[in-house]
Amino acid sequence: MDQQPIISFKNVNKIYNNGTVGLKDINFDIPRGEFLVVVGLSGAGKSTLLRTINRMHEISSGEITIEDEPISSYKGQSLRLLRRKIGMIFQDFNLIKRSTVQRNVLSGRVSYYPTWKSVLNLFSAADKDRAIRALERVNLTEKLYTRADELSGGQQQRVAIARTLMQDPKVILADEPVASLDPLTTQTVMDILKRLNQEDGITVIVNLHSVALARQYADRIVGLRAGAVVYDKEIADVTEADLTKIYQTA
Amino acid sequence: MTTPEIPQRSWSQRWHVKGVGWTALLVALLVGSSKMTGVDVGMFFSNFDQFTNLLVRMSQPAWSYVPIIIQPLYETIQMAILGTTIGTVFAVPFAVLAASNLVHNQWLRGIIRLILDLVRTLPDLLLAAIFVAIFGIGSTAGVITLAIFSFGMISKLFYEVIETIDMGPLEAMESVGASKVTIIWYAVLPQIMNQFVSYFLYTLEINVRASTVLGYLGAGGIGVFLQRSLSEFDYNKTAVIILAMLVVVMVIDGVSNHLRRVLL
Ligand SMILES: Nc1ncnc2c1ncn2[C@@H]1O[C@H](COP(=O)(O)OP(=O)(O)OP(=O)(O)O)[C@@H](O)[C@H]1O
Ligand SMILES: [Mg+2]
Repeated sequence: MDQQPIISFKNVNKIYNNGTVGLKDINFDIPRGEFLVVVGLSGAGKSTLLRTINRMHEISSGEITIEDEPISSYKGQSLRLLRRKIGMIFQDFNLIKRSTVQRNVLSGRVSYYPTWKSVLNLFSAADKDRAIRALERVNLTEKLYTRADELSGGQQQRVAIARTLMQDPKVILADEPVASLDPLTTQTVMDILKRLNQEDGITVIVNLHSVALARQYADRIVGLRAGAVVYDKEIADVTEADLTKIYQTA
Repeated sequence: MTTPEIPQRSWSQRWHVKGVGWTALLVALLVGSSKMTGVDVGMFFSNFDQFTNLLVRMSQPAWSYVPIIIQPLYETIQMAILGTTIGTVFAVPFAVLAASNLVHNQWLRGIIRLILDLVRTLPDLLLAAIFVAIFGIGSTAGVITLAIFSFGMISKLFYEVIETIDMGPLEAMESVGASKVTIIWYAVLPQIMNQFVSYFLYTLEINVRASTVLGYLGAGGIGVFLQRSLSEFDYNKTAVIILAMLVVVMVIDGVSNHLRRVLL
């Protein structure tokens, strides 16, 4: 693992327009290639934290740097290029339901094309091939021409991962990716994320509610409460008692 | 033990002041407007025999009239299709800019909506009269009138559809680094396509009917013939025209149903 952090939070605060504190004085680094799991009660700020990394949410003060570049100044095209290297997986998949799996997967590639080419569907043969290979990695090639809404939840989440792979991301953010899946499908999806982390060296940051899952997959666990980091340990040092404490209301 | 903090419903919430108020206002408006405009519902029934009289006279359609109206009917349909299409092409960008879930700039949205309100306020008969004066008698005036009318109607129907879409896919496309136009193309369009098509065809249907009325003002199409048959009290011909229109409307309806099933 590289010692250089890929993402770094420096005194980050986020206060929502209505006065709610989203994040409070966040300071930590995420080393390249880490599988980081963020845990915390509902409303602790997990989603907020994730979304500040790809600027889906703006922070109020402090600084986030990605590959040593502060991201707050990005705008327009440079912001889109930042987002291109950060994949995002959602709890409810967010596929385009009436479109085919192929179109959904290819839509992950649009930031590599000028708008007019994306609109006219002018994807290169190489990228169509890339889409098939992305589906291979999530074991869904046979669904290439199926409409997304005809897939099960687990299959949809796998398509969403394939879409993210089309970005060629350095980081994947996953906001409770398995919250609406059954235990077996949960393992499949988490295994895929772990494999991308280990085989491709993609830095993965996952929000989870399940402590058991966190312990099974994480390299490191960060605990949030009321927007602040209250826990931060390598997986080897994590004890059951610690985790129970995070989930205690204080 | 402390009592849990239950938020108090305000006085107006508890007595449903809003709901009751709106209902009362509506009833008052209804009664008031019928009084003021002098609508006499009784008259509708007392003069009913004149209506049946008209129906009797229309009951023997002059089928020989059919070949004569084919050409103007064709022109009417062309006018309607052209007008609706032109209106729709302009309506789409306006609908996107007027949708509150796509455009967060309140000023821009407000101005766009004001323009749309203005356009919808203009009565189509007034527009037709103006354009007949400008372009002379003929279908050009009709097409432009229908285009403006369709623009106003479709942009409103469309932005209301856009405001009901699922925002999840848009969020995903944003996170992928897609541009605004790409996001709309990939994540918005598939969600609204079938409703757009059915609203387009609905407007087309309205325009087929509207263009007959516009014909009265010399804006081309079958309306000219409708007006002629009526002014000559040739109700058998009127019946043929109405039946022909019925067929057109039914065909559009059939196409609409079919397309909606296919596009679902
Ligand atoms: N758009 C918003 N406007 C105002 N407050 C918000 C907004 N989004 C989130 N919040 C508040 O910020 C806090 C953190 O929310 P966040 O969604 O990050 O929590 P979370 O840890 O992801 O919770 P969950 O596990 O339920 O998803 C909460 O108190 C929430 O109410
Ligand atoms: Mg959340």
